Amino acid sequence: MAFQISLKINGNGHDVELEDARPTLLDVLRERIGLTGTKKGCDRGQCGACTVLIDGRRVNSCLSLAVSLDGAEVTTVEGLSDGDTLHPVQAAFIENDGFQCGYCTPGQIMSAVGFLGETGGDASAEAVREGMSGNLCRCGAYAGIQDAVLDAQARMSKGGKT
Amino acid sequence: MADTPMVAAHHVRLGSNSGQPMTRRDGIAKVTGTATYAADNHPQNLLHAVFAGASIARGRVTSLDIKAALAHPGVVHVMTPDNTPALSQDPDQKTTPFTARIDVLQNDKVRYAGQPIAVILAETLEAAVEGARLVKATYDSDQARIGFDDGEAFAPEAVGISTPPKFSTGDFEGNRKKATQSASVEMETPLQYHNAMETHAVVAEWDGDHVTVDMPNQAIGLAKPGIANYFGIPPENVTLRSPYLGGGFGSKAVLFGPQMLGILAAREMKRPVKLVLKRGQMFGPVQHRSATRQTVRYDMDADNRFLAFEHTANVSTSSFDNWLDGAANAGLSLYATPSISVSHSGTRFDTGTPGAMRAPGIATGSAVIECAIDVAAEKAGMDPLEFRLLNYAEKDPSNGKPYSAKALRGCYKAAADSFGWKDRPLKPRQMRDENGLLTGWGMGTSIFHAPFFPAKARAVLRKDGSARAETSGADMGQGAWTVLWQMAADGLGMAADDIEFDIGHSDLPDGSVAGGSAHTASAGGALFAAGNDVIRQLAEIATQDKDSPLFGAGNERVLGENGRLFKAEDPNVGESYTDILQRAGIEEIEGKGRGNRDKASTETYAMFSHGAVFAEVKVDPDLFQVRVTRLVGAFAAGRIINPRLAQSQLTGGMIWGVGFALHEEGIHDKRSGRPLNNDFAGYHIPVLADVPHLEALLVDEEDPHVNDLGVKGVGELGITGTVGAIANAVWHATGVRTARYPIKIEDLLKGAQALKA
Repeated sequence: MAFQISLKINGNGHDVELEDARPTLLDVLRERIGLTGTKKGCDRGQCGACTVLIDGRRVNSCLSLAVSLDGAEVTTVEGLSDGDTLHPVQAAFIENDGFQCGYCTPGQIMSAVGFLGETGGDASAEAVREGMSGNLCRCGAYAGIQDAVLDAQARMSKGGKT
Repeated sequence: MADTPMVAAHHVRLGSNSGQPMTRRDGIAKVTGTATYAADNHPQNLLHAVFAGASIARGRVTSLDIKAALAHPGVVHVMTPDNTPALSQDPDQKTTPFTARIDVLQNDKVRYAGQPIAVILAETLEAAVEGARLVKATYDSDQARIGFDDGEAFAPEAVGISTPPKFSTGDFEGNRKKATQSASVEMETPLQYHNAMETHAVVAEWDGDHVTVDMPNQAIGLAKPGIANYFGIPPENVTLRSPYLGGGFGSKAVLFGPQMLGILAAREMKRPVKLVLKRGQMFGPVQHRSATRQTVRYDMDADNRFLAFEHTANVSTSSFDNWLDGAANAGLSLYATPSISVSHSGTRFDTGTPGAMRAPGIATGSAVIECAIDVAAEKAGMDPLEFRLLNYAEKDPSNGKPYSAKALRGCYKAAADSFGWKDRPLKPRQMRDENGLLTGWGMGTSIFHAPFFPAKARAVLRKDGSARAETSGADMGQGAWTVLWQMAADGLGMAADDIEFDIGHSDLPDGSVAGGSAHTASAGGALFAAGNDVIRQLAEIATQDKDSPLFGAGNERVLGENGRLFKAEDPNVGESYTDILQRAGIEEIEGKGRGNRDKASTETYAMFSHGAVFAEVKVDPDLFQVRVTRLVGAFAAGRIINPRLAQSQLTGGMIWGVGFALHEEGIHDKRSGRPLNNDFAGYHIPVLADVPHLEALLVDEEDPHVNDLGVKGVGELGITGTVGAIANAVWHATGVRTARYPIKIEDLLKGAQALKA
C-alpha cells in the first residue's frame, strides 16, 4: 500500500511517496531526499548518530517511521546554521574539539540543541553528561563534547548567535 | 634525576604553523553535515546491496532457497556462490602483510557466524533488507569452537604483522634462582570489536574496466593495488575515495569480503551499488581484538629490583587465518630487568579473523603487566609510583639500546602532582568518599612504539603565489586533515590558510598507512619534505639570478616563511616567492618528498612514546558497581604538532582504556558460535556519563633521533597504561583483583566474599 506524506524539513516542504510503510525517517532523509548529514550508526536507537529534531523534540530518526510523520517539522544538522553563521552549538563543537572522526557529530549536535532546549539554560556538567549519554562517540571525544555543550549553553544564555 | 638520553638535541626548524592548537580544518564540514562519508554517496541508478550472513560458525551451506527473496518487490538479483564469478585473485591468497583471507561467495564453506552467504540487490534499501531476511539457508554444520578450552591449540609462526612469537634475553633461569620474591598475575582478556561509529561501507561504480570506489580506508596506497588484484585490472583503473573515515581504529586498514562483494555486485549488475554493513554485521567479517589468556611474573632481588620478567599469552585467532595479538611483547621495553622470557601460543576460534585494534598487543599485554607491577609493589611494601621509579628502564631491557628520547619521569611527576597521588594510603580499602563509596587510586605506565612508514607527498608552488600540497593520507578522526596541513604549510614556508591541501583519495601520492601511530610522522614528514623541495628549487633560482637580492647566497642559508625567501642570517634581505618565479618566467615548481628516519638511528635507538596514567574509582560497597571518577594522564611523544588535537587523541585513548577495563566484551554462543551481543545495547562502550573527569597533560620532549622532525604518535598511547591503572584502582578500593577483563560486579562480589572468609 502506497502512502503520500508531506514533511517540512529545515523549513522546506517535501512531498514524499512511500511504496509501503517501512522506510524510516532516517532512510528517507538519506536515500530519498539526499540529506546525508544525518548518520546511521546502529539503525536501532542505541547510538544516537541519527538524532534529529521533530517538532522541536530530539528523536532517533532510525526509530521513526516516516509514514507516521505526515505534516511534521524536521530539523537536521543541515538546517542549523543561518547561512554562513554557525549555530552556537556548532561553533562550540569546533572550538572545544567536540569530535574527531565526525560521524556521530550531527547526532551529538542535534541532541545538544534538543537538550539545551529541554533544560532551559542552566544545566550542570553532570546534567550534560547524563543528558548527552544517549549519543555514543567511539573516538572518545567526550571531554570536548561536554565542554562544547556547556560553552554553547553559556553563549546562548548571552543571546549570542555564535 | 635526568631523563635519558642526555643528548644535545639538534632542532629541525619547522615553522609557525606547527605547534599551534588550530581547530580542525574539516570542522565546518563536520558540524554542518557536509563532510561526505562513503555511504553518503548516491550515484544515479543506484542499487542497494545487503548481505545475508551465515547462522552457523563452521560447516557448509548445503542449499540456499532464494525464491522468496527474488519474488519480493524491488529485489532484482541475489548473488550466491552458484552465480558469483571467481575473483582474479584467490581471496585466500595473502599477497602482502596487510591482506586478510576474505569470504566473497567463492565457495559454500562457512568459517564463522555472520559470514556472507548471499548478497541481495534491490531498488530500495528496505527491499534489500527484507530480501536478506527471506533467504533460507540449510547447513551441514560442525560444532563451533569458541574459547580457549574448546578452540584448537597451535604454535604460531608470528604475532602481530610479523613479530616472532618467542623472545628471551639474559640468564633468565639463573636470575630466577637468585630472586628473593616474585609476583605473578594470571588474567584473561575478551574478544573486543572495533565498532567504529561508521560501519564498513562501499559505493562502487564501474565504467568499462575502471572502477570508482567510495570506501573508508586507512591505507589507500595498499587498497588500490589490492582491489585491482581481486578484479584483474591495472591499479591505475581503480579510483578510491576516502576523504573522511567515521572511525577506523585499525579495522579499516585491509580489504574485507563484504566491501569486495559490493564492488563485484556493481560489475555484475552494470549499475552502481551501495553496500553498508549493519551494526550487527560488524561482529564477524571486519576484525576484532584477539582474546587472550596471559600470565605475567616478575622476580625481584632483596632490594626490590627486577631480576627476571616472564610473560606468556595464549591468543585467539580464526580457524583460517593467522593474525594474533602480540600481547606478550608489550613489556619488552617497559621496565628494567636483566632477563626476559616471553612467548605466545595460539588458539583457533570459529570467529572472524582478528586484526590490529587501537594499540594492538600493547593495550592487551600492558593491561596485565601493570597489575603484576602493582602486585609486586605490594609485596615490596612500596608505593606503586616509587616502585616503578626504582625499576625505571634507562635502556631498553630487551636489547640494551638507549631510548631515542624518554621523558617518562616527567610524565610520572606531572600526572602524579595533578592527581594528588602523594596522599595515597598504601593498603587497600582505606578510602571512602562522603557518600560511603569505596574509593581507590591506581596507576599505570603508557608506552607505544614509534614506527615510520615510507610515505610520499607532492607540493606545488605557482607563479601567482598560490600553492598546493597533497598526499593520499587518511583522516579517521585523529586529525590528519589539520595536522598534515600544518606540516605541509611549514614545508612550503607559508601560512596554512594560504595553501590548498588535499588528502584521502588514490590519485594522490601514497601517504602510506594511517596506523601504528605513525601517520603524522610519516605522511607529515613527507609533506614537509615536499615543501622543502620546492623551497630548495626556488632558492636555486633566486641565488643564481643576478636581479635577486639573494643572488650568491648559498642554498643552506636561505629560508622561506610567509611566502618570502630570505637570508637566514639577515632576514631583511629577501623577496617574495612570486617575485622570484615571475622574473624567472616559471609557471610553477613541483616538489616531491618522503619523510626520513635515519637508518643508523633505527639500529642505535629504541623508539617509543611514553606516559603515565592515574585513575580514581569509586565502588559501591554492597553492589560493587564501579565508576571511574577521575583519569589524569601525562604523555611525552616528541614534537607535538597540534596540542589541541593531540590531547583529544590521548583522552580518546584513555576512554578506550575505560571501555577495556570495565565494559567491552564480545560474547559468542558456545554452541552456535554466533555473537550474542552484537549491538550497542549488548556490546557496551563508554558514554559521556562514564568519564566525568579527564586530563591529558603534554610533557615536553625533544626526540632528535626518531625522524627528521622529532614527531611521534599519540593515537594509541592513551589506552595503554589506563586499563591497568583502573584495575589497580579497583584493587585499592576493594582489595580484590579479578582474573579477567572487563572487571565485573560478580567477580568483585566473589572476591570480596573470599576476602571476608
